[in-house]
Amino acid sequence: MLRHLLQRGLDLVIVLFGISAIVFLMIRLIPGDAVAIMLGANTEVTPERLAAMRAELGLDKPLIEQYLSWVGRALHGDFGTSIWTGRPVIQEIAAQIWPTLELTFLALLFGAVLAVPLGCLMAQWRGGKADLVLRLGAIAGLTIPSFWLGIVMLIAVAAWLPGFASLGYVPFSEDPLGNLQRMLLPAVALALPILANLSRLVRSAMLDALGQDYVRTARAKGLAENAVLYRHALRNALIPFVTSVGIMAGYLLGGAIVVEQVFSIPGLGRLILGAIAERNYPLVQATILVVTVGFVAVNALVDLAYALIDPRLRTAS
Amino acid sequence: MSQSRRIALVAGIFVALQIALAVSAPLIAPYDPLAQDIVARLKGPSLAHWLGTDHLGRDILSRILYGYRTALIACGIAVGLALVIGGGFGLLAAFYRGWCERIVMRAMDILFAFPVMLLAIGIIAMLGPRTESAAIAIAVVYVPIFARLLRGPALVLMESDFVAGARSIGAGDLRIMLRHILPNLASVILVQTSLLLSAAILVEASLSFLGLGTQPPTPSLGLMLAEGRNFVLLSPWNAIFAGLGILLLSLGFNLLGDALRDELDPRLRDRT
Repeated sequence: MLRHLLQRGLDLVIVLFGISAIVFLMIRLIPGDAVAIMLGANTEVTPERLAAMRAELGLDKPLIEQYLSWVGRALHGDFGTSIWTGRPVIQEIAAQIWPTLELTFLALLFGAVLAVPLGCLMAQWRGGKADLVLRLGAIAGLTIPSFWLGIVMLIAVAAWLPGFASLGYVPFSEDPLGNLQRMLLPAVALALPILANLSRLVRSAMLDALGQDYVRTARAKGLAENAVLYRHALRNALIPFVTSVGIMAGYLLGGAIVVEQVFSIPGLGRLILGAIAERNYPLVQATILVVTVGFVAVNALVDLAYALIDPRLRTAS
Repeated sequence: MSQSRRIALVAGIFVALQIALAVSAPLIAPYDPLAQDIVARLKGPSLAHWLGTDHLGRDILSRILYGYRTALIACGIAVGLALVIGGGFGLLAAFYRGWCERIVMRAMDILFAFPVMLLAIGIIAMLGPRTESAAIAIAVVYVPIFARLLRGPALVLMESDFVAGARSIGAGDLRIMLRHILPNLASVILVQTSLLLSAAILVEASLSFLGLGTQPPTPSLGLMLAEGRNFVLLSPWNAIFAGLGILLLSLGFNLLGDALRDELDPRLRDRT
């Protein structure tokens, strides 16, 4: 068990190092002189300004040194100050991350909660007409662009429920009902592909579980079919389900950035698009780093929870 | 004919039809996709404009047909690049094992750890927003998927008698990889390529919707959706039809990949 955890910890460190290196090197992808481009987007480029900005960003030092000081500061939550607003980058991210996180969380909740019963029904009706319809429906659900669904829902709401506030964002702490009302449509739009994906996964995990020996034993001892399905098969089918919920979170977050734009929600999407428009590369880097590291950490915690819960993993070493 | 084979056939025809529409867009599009007709702007479907016109009076149907071209070319190149690079890494890892495998697969784990859209946005932020950047970004995020996908079955094939046989008659590494192992992975590659094309179409549309992919005035489905969104309460048609176009294109490839997987994977074939 301890060895397993140590190995996992080492893997995590390597992945985090790799992520930071990629995000750090990203800025080298910019064709031409990044500093001149950053400056040129906002003021006149002069040699003095170029040199000053290079020094400020530490670009006049060797690459390794730049990386180490960048990571060192990042570990202290210091991503520098936004070159244009003068506020610390971390504050800009903190101010805009909540709507995105809330949207991601709500969509994950909708999708995951509905996927379990839906997947079980699909497994129960496998091979039948209803299963086929649900499976095709699930594939269609997978390929519906969330941002399009969002727009269609906006059109429908404008036509049939003109008083329904569906655009913008109010913090939950200020107006809980108004917050949830505005989050409803984007969360549903975002949740549909997840629901489709996860219900397919539950279906196939259930079918796998139903082929196992313990299910045969449960049937042989005369358990009712529902007890076999929901007490024995489902419990085991939920293991791959939980892993994918972790992976989905990353997918959802990306989707949330797009759906936010449809519903005019001031979240990470607006932050990062604004940063790209004004060539604020350090802000782009910091946002990607913070979110990716958070996402990796959540997945590592899910993994850890598993190792503690699943008796097969607990006793494996 | 089995159910999955019927679905595969229908999906295949559906995909072929859409590709044909995209290829023949210059021949069948009723209007120049860039031609503006300000007098006839934001009109609903009519005999003259089957799917209506956008905010500059451009014909939506023509723009969708050309948008299909843009989407298929960008996504085809992106998924193709990902297949060659990622698949190459997967094969190398399986073939040489040891350090090579560890380094390659670790690098793939790291790339895989990024949320897809976020990494794509980051790459485009640096390369500058245009169709080519979107294609490169999509290729990069899909590289680890192909590497992981091909490594597993390639490892199994490495142990097979025909590889040992080929080696014993003096076949070189490259020949074994390309002539003996790769063809046996064809069905896995086919299924995954189709599924990833479906996903790539959605990602490309999302990126263009955000203004990070194809730039105006080039017809692009995601961009049409973004333009349509701004006028959605005046005339919803641009947004509705462009989104429907994205949906149908992505759906076709997804159905095809899904049905092919059921059909080609012997473990799944017996189960449903």
